[in-house]
Amino acid sequence: MGLIQWVLGITCAVALVVVLVQIARDVPASNAVDGILALTEVVVLVQLVAGLFAVGDAPASVSKAVYVGYLVGAVLVLPVGWLWSQAERSRSGLGVLVVAVLVIPFLILRLHQIWPGHG
Amino acid sequence: MAEPARPAQALNRNAGRILVFVYGVLAFAATGRASFELATKFDKAPVPYGLSVLAALVYIVATWALATDRRRVALPAVCFELAGVLAVGIGSLVWSSDFPEASVWSDFGVGYGYVPLVLPVLGLLWLWRTRPR
Repeated sequence: MGLIQWVLGITCAVALVVVLVQIARDVPASNAVDGILALTEVVVLVQLVAGLFAVGDAPASVSKAVYVGYLVGAVLVLPVGWLWSQAERSRSGLGVLVVAVLVIPFLILRLHQIWPGHG
Repeated sequence: MAEPARPAQALNRNAGRILVFVYGVLAFAATGRASFELATKFDKAPVPYGLSVLAALVYIVATWALATDRRRVALPAVCFELAGVLAVGIGSLVWSSDFPEASVWSDFGVGYGYVPLVLPVLGLLWLWRTRPR
């Protein structure tokens, strides 16, 4: 996996810890949560741009449509999850964010399977 | 002494908030997969890929029904998914050659961390817990 994916994995892990701490303390989502999610989303966007530049060079065995689909899907997860969580500023809303930050590493793994050694 | 009647609780609040989001993610994944199959290889196996499209549509309906608190739509949609994942899962075990990567339901949804199998069960439990009584 590339540098971007490692950075993304780390920001997701940090986001997960921050959200879980908020859940454990039973307090609403804070600026710390929004901050780490925003940072993670920036890295996801960097991954999208880098992926779109790289995909032209992908070997024929790689399904480019699927690869781009996963890249674009990853961009949507955090904003949609964040918006959906806003109506419920409680443990449930934070639970939505837990799911969202867990989906991202899953998508990274799938990208890695679709284009081994690159995504 | 009889308990006082309690109206139904909203499907999209509390834990339902998380449930709806997971449904949404799965609906998105199933739709992406079905669109790709439809666009690139539908002719090769119309029945499994048709099933894939149907699965995606029902996930969308279930997500929408749960998100907007439509109990009467959510219940059949969730039941349909449970039946689908069980039928296709068993089918892919028994006649593995006839089920080429058919849908998110293949092998009980192993490719999606068994979420397609677990989610309708959680959905039914949630519909039960929030029911009017």
